[in-house]
Amino acid sequence: MYKIAVLGDYDSIYGFAALGLDTFSVTAREEAGEKLHQLVNDGYGIIYITEAMAAELEHEIAKYQNQVIPAIIQIPGISGNTGAGVNSVKKSVEQAVGSDILFSN
Amino acid sequence: MASTQVTPTRMELTKTKKKLTTAVKGHKLLKDKRDELMRQFLDLVRENMELRQKVEAGIRSANKNFVIAKAGMDEATLNTALMAPKQEVSLEVGEKNVMSVNIPVFTTKTRTADANDIYSYGFAFTSSDLDGAVKSLADILPDMLKLAETEKACQLMAAEIEKTRRRVNALEHVIIPEAQKNIKYITMKLDENERSSQIRLMKVKDMMLEEAHHYSERA
Repeated sequence: MYKIAVLGDYDSIYGFAALGLDTFSVTAREEAGEKLHQLVNDGYGIIYITEAMAAELEHEIAKYQNQVIPAIIQIPGISGNTGAGVNSVKKSVEQAVGSDILFSN
Repeated sequence: MASTQVTPTRMELTKTKKKLTTAVKGHKLLKDKRDELMRQFLDLVRENMELRQKVEAGIRSANKNFVIAKAGMDEATLNTALMAPKQEVSLEVGEKNVMSVNIPVFTTKTRTADANDIYSYGFAFTSSDLDGAVKSLADILPDMLKLAETEKACQLMAAEIEKTRRRVNALEHVIIPEAQKNIKYITMKLDENERSSQIRLMKVKDMMLEEAHHYSERA
């Protein structure tokens, strides 16, 4: 049985607690990286992470990219959409096809 | 190139020929796999993009609602209201095999029977904006789960496609041409050897005749 976690700054994620997702508010980069590994080990199947936080933890997230579990999904934070989530989709197209043929415009 | 290290023997020739047939067969299979993976990937990635845009728009508007809700009440009340969630979502992960790529299938279960049972606070001390904010976030949750599923599947498939593509290219541009070159080299070398031994035999015959009968064919 897996759980769902939300990782990011407090203001961006506190609402998810009401839905029954486990929220973990972190601010410092090192703390976030540690938390991420801990969450993976604790059996979280989906980890939603704010785009701002994901940008800092690029390296850590890449480690789990090729595992079925966990799915680490970027969501926009309270400060707005940075486009990082859309870019990650584009990046996977690029990886598969060789160049972005679908969403380049 | 590697062809210089090939020993031109019949055994090597048979081995190389076998290698070539395997490589050609493997190349065809991998190419089919790549094409099918690519077809499914493109469908999936389009769905992924749609979901992502929907989710991002949903979260943006939910965040807006939360800011308004937060403005209408003091922080302590808000924190208390959301401190003890009533609802709990647990996740079951299945696996689906698409062209030998394992992709996750998520199904969720909520703790209480009614999935709309999301208000973890009494309505007396919180603003009604909070109810709307929580509701707007709850509405987007199913799409978020779907997004997680498709996005993960896309990532895994992209990695697999890349791997398959490299294999196809390696077979097509390196392994197969090399095997063909080796086969050609070995056959030529074997023919050459055969000719040279034939000539040697003829020469020996000449010499033996000359010695036995003082007879020269060339004379």
